[in-house]
Amino acid sequence: MAGSTNFNWEDPLFLEHQLTEEERQIRDAAYAYCQQELQPRVLSAYREERFDREIMTEMGEMGLLGATVAEEYGGSGLNHVAYGLIAREVERVDSGYRSAMSVQSSLVMFPIEAYGSEEQKQKFLPRLASGELVGCFGLTEPDHGSDPGSMNTRAKKVDGGYRLTGQKMWITNSPIADIAVVWARSEAHDGKIKGFIVERGSEGFSTPKIEGKLSLRASITGEIVLDDVFVPEENLLPNASGLGGPFGCLNKARFGIAWGTLGAAEFCWHAARQYTLDRNQFGRPLAANQLIQLKLANMQTEISLGLQAALQVARLMDSNSWAPEMVSLIKRNNCGKALDIARLARDMHGGNGIADEYGVMRHMVNLETVNTYEGTHDVHALILGRAQTGIQAFC
Amino acid sequence: MKVLVSVKRVIDYNVKVRVKADNSDVDLANVKMALNPFCEIAVEEAIRLKEAGVATEVVVVSIGPKAVQEQLRTAMALGADRAIQIDTDELPEPLNVAKLLAKVVEEEQPGLVILGKQSIDSDNNQTGQMLAALTGRPQGTFASAVKVEDGKARVTREVDGGLKTVALELPAIVTTDLRLNEPRYAKLPDIMKAKKKPLDVKTPADLGVELKTHITQLKVESPAQRQAGIKVDSVDALVDKLQNEAKVL
Repeated sequence: MAGSTNFNWEDPLFLEHQLTEEERQIRDAAYAYCQQELQPRVLSAYREERFDREIMTEMGEMGLLGATVAEEYGGSGLNHVAYGLIAREVERVDSGYRSAMSVQSSLVMFPIEAYGSEEQKQKFLPRLASGELVGCFGLTEPDHGSDPGSMNTRAKKVDGGYRLTGQKMWITNSPIADIAVVWARSEAHDGKIKGFIVERGSEGFSTPKIEGKLSLRASITGEIVLDDVFVPEENLLPNASGLGGPFGCLNKARFGIAWGTLGAAEFCWHAARQYTLDRNQFGRPLAANQLIQLKLANMQTEISLGLQAALQVARLMDSNSWAPEMVSLIKRNNCGKALDIARLARDMHGGNGIADEYGVMRHMVNLETVNTYEGTHDVHALILGRAQTGIQAFC
Repeated sequence: MKVLVSVKRVIDYNVKVRVKADNSDVDLANVKMALNPFCEIAVEEAIRLKEAGVATEVVVVSIGPKAVQEQLRTAMALGADRAIQIDTDELPEPLNVAKLLAKVVEEEQPGLVILGKQSIDSDNNQTGQMLAALTGRPQGTFASAVKVEDGKARVTREVDGGLKTVALELPAIVTTDLRLNEPRYAKLPDIMKAKKKPLDVKTPADLGVELKTHITQLKVESPAQRQAGIKVDSVDALVDKLQNEAKVL
């Protein structure tokens, strides 16, 4: 029997209809900015391993930074669906640009809004929202990645504040950051993990750039070195204690990643479809082969299902009835699937897939990072395994 | 000075348009809709006039079912101050649109009305001209520059073979061409604020206009598929084809 409507190959399950008018408008505005302003830059930025600082200012003007932060602090006051849609549009261009935005929004502005004092919110949030300030987030250390609870960075109580010592690694935006939200064990708080806002210019604070990345080359990554850095009492985040603080931030960022990776996957899928339609071998388009159509059908299916899952978690977040394991599920699934799709798309482009101008291999190597950072594919499996067996298998 | 801008909801220009199986119309089911690009340019021009201190208020108006409110909100997110929806399920033809707009002009008394020169769906390029006739106001169509000074609008028009500049006594009607400006992006906080801006809904009856049908759409067809070319093996064969088949030599 014929269906009651036409199938739309690009939007098979009508995600469009599940969005509100306002969510669609936000998505369209983000799409227009990303395609017209970011897409033309990414090729050379990736080649030259360069992040253009003014992108943060532009994103600030557009209202893309701190999209969910309250308007009174300079945010856009959007819901999680809108935040997800924005991440998808930015990552359709490049995972590096989405990383820069995610860090500022979810890992710097979110903790200040959620755990900060009123003074901290007023001092930092509006300037972070406008892109005047760039922030970074220091949790991962050279010897502590998936196991941040064993971190070595320490805060020692001194007169009027704290002195921080330690090293953070793989920190997006750190070389250009004006402030860093750094997590450290605080002796004065029974050895609990506390968050500190460390400002550029503090003595003993440095952020060497990590060179030679083969992935996320359009985003800047560095270390944070803390050599007995003085942080005043007013820069301690008062309302976070223990790993729950950084994990609260990571939940938000991982949620954005779950949407973003599907943007990258959609780029790769659309590119592979167009390429195999246009490229003729043996006198007919590559897309006329069953092997190609199977791959395209799998891409379409995984992306459509991934978007439905991401939308459901977004709606649950908006109604405040979500659990972190849901975020693990969609972060893990969507990253892994996006990476598979990008690898297949690279393959379907044949030799041309190697050339950066086609974009698919850039997305592919970017997604290697995204599959790894903010909880690896395997670690999120352990979170989901623990949640259903009650047995913790991390160690 | 108040500026009135009319906007139309049309199929998004990125969408590959499909014709319905019975050739009665373009298939609009589950298709992405957007603000007509020429209307977006009109909105941008009005906002720039306001930012320059020339205009004091920008009012946008659209005609159609409730769905057109989405495009009115977009226009308000870009910077328009308030909106009017003229609620009708029928897709009115240019003369009806012009009559409805003439009534809005009568009520609102704008110093300037800016419209897109045409909508990308029906490509009529008639509404602005008809509105000028119905309101008895001067018109500057296909504008690539608009400057308001000393009670006049200086409009540079893109005409065949060059540019023509006219001075219109205000109040006046202007229709926009593609090169008038480059519209800005809607900022996300402005999209949120647009929700709170006033949007009035009126019916054609409220305005005392009876919609009449003067045009019947008989048939819509897709453009003919372009046929593949052929390769000729010599210059002589090419000349022969050009002379005898294409008949251009």
